[in-house]
Amino acid sequence: MRLEARDVTKRFANHAALDGATFSTAGDAGVVALLGPSGGGKSTLLRVLGCLLVPDAGEVLIDGETLPHDEAGALLARRRNGFVFQGYNLFPHLSALENVALPLRCVHSMAADAAEARGVELLARLGLEGQEKKRPAEMSGGQQQRAAIARALAPRPRLLLLDEPTSALDPVMTAEVLDVVRELAEGGQQIVLATHEVSFARRVADWVIFMAAGRVEESRPAKEFFEAPGSTLAQQYLEGLSRYR
Amino acid sequence: MESEKNNARPEVARHLLWGAVLFIAVGSSLYFAFSAVHYRWNWQGAWAYRQEFLRGLGMTLLASLAAMVLSMLFGVLFMLGRRARLVPVRLFCAGVVEVVRGTPLLVQLLVGYYVVANLFGLDRLIVGIVVLAVFEGAYLSEIFRGAVESIGASQRESARAVGFSPMQTYQHVIFPQALRRALPGTTGQLVSLIKDSSLLSVIGVEEVVQKVRSMNSAAYTSLEGYLPLAIAYLLVTLPLSWWARRLEGRFAYET
Repeated sequence: MRLEARDVTKRFANHAALDGATFSTAGDAGVVALLGPSGGGKSTLLRVLGCLLVPDAGEVLIDGETLPHDEAGALLARRRNGFVFQGYNLFPHLSALENVALPLRCVHSMAADAAEARGVELLARLGLEGQEKKRPAEMSGGQQQRAAIARALAPRPRLLLLDEPTSALDPVMTAEVLDVVRELAEGGQQIVLATHEVSFARRVADWVIFMAAGRVEESRPAKEFFEAPGSTLAQQYLEGLSRYR
Repeated sequence: MESEKNNARPEVARHLLWGAVLFIAVGSSLYFAFSAVHYRWNWQGAWAYRQEFLRGLGMTLLASLAAMVLSMLFGVLFMLGRRARLVPVRLFCAGVVEVVRGTPLLVQLLVGYYVVANLFGLDRLIVGIVVLAVFEGAYLSEIFRGAVESIGASQRESARAVGFSPMQTYQHVIFPQALRRALPGTTGQLVSLIKDSSLLSVIGVEEVVQKVRSMNSAAYTSLEGYLPLAIAYLLVTLPLSWWARRLEGRFAYET
């Protein structure tokens, strides 16, 4: 896929979360990693790419198609994407299976038994066999996050957007979740991932967008970026993250 | 699991035992208090009016039940109105809620009866039920609003992310979670409603308090009417509270 942003600005009160972000990826980018310091605009850009937020100015294109700026169009666009957030954000009053199946029935008009079958199949594929009836509070953080990934994958999204999916997890659960993401990437799922897991990004991503202070500092093939980051900011960021690991 | 089951029986027994002890203690204190003031009971005078009493109780139940259903409807409407995007709708609903909560139900009933009912030729019972429902609905709307607003931004974002429309978000994500948080406050308000229905007597609705008053003046009784009245209210409100606690248990899940 080709992601493009032209002078995208998004303000919250007086703070510009995106301040004229501009970049373009290669046409065959499969896994795009958004890297950069916290507060740099990664999450906001991810939400704009997924049509959860509409920018105040500028435009975003996916495979040459401009994203809608109206709410009705944004809703339709959102339905073609899958989202996973930092806090697992499952619906706490629903079982793992219902979390996956309910949107399939209500949003994608799937028949009840087909939705359930799809949910059971996906949960099993993500290693949650036998957990279908559990509510989120009865599962570990890693299991919840895998259930959230199952929910995001269920409607076969064009784009899977992950916003720091492992930031709230301990190292063991982080590995569980990253294994799943890697398998998906290897299976050809198109992914945009905001993360601080640099070594994971290095292994999986084929394009890197490095952001700081609401602007895109670098947008390059992952291999090039990790071998020789162009900006001093990116160099410092990578050094800082690798200091203790 | 096993030990929980074994513990359940002594737990129930302990509750029953303490319940009996407290009941006897409170009951005998009341008995001594009444005998100390030398109250002269006239139960025969009261018993003659039992049918009137039951008829009044029936009217109270009917009016309360109708007002309960309506008040929840008003509660939801006012709550949605206060969250609406249109400024006039928001202002109107906020104004109604504040005025209704800030003025006595007695005055609202009198205005409703002498002005609105006369103007449109409405039945006093209908007006009474609607005024009562608006009054309790104003309180309910604030309970509902608190519950709905306590559902976090991350839940709303998740709902948007899976593609729910605003309506579907309310239906599948916000209402089911808010319902559980609103339950304890709602039960209290509905119990209040049943008791507040006694004020319908001021516009001439023959509910149970009105019946007891007429009986007291006809048979020269007083507590012989009011004590059964209190018990009759408890017989209605206690099951309501009990049922609400069962519902709370059913909706219980950790967040």
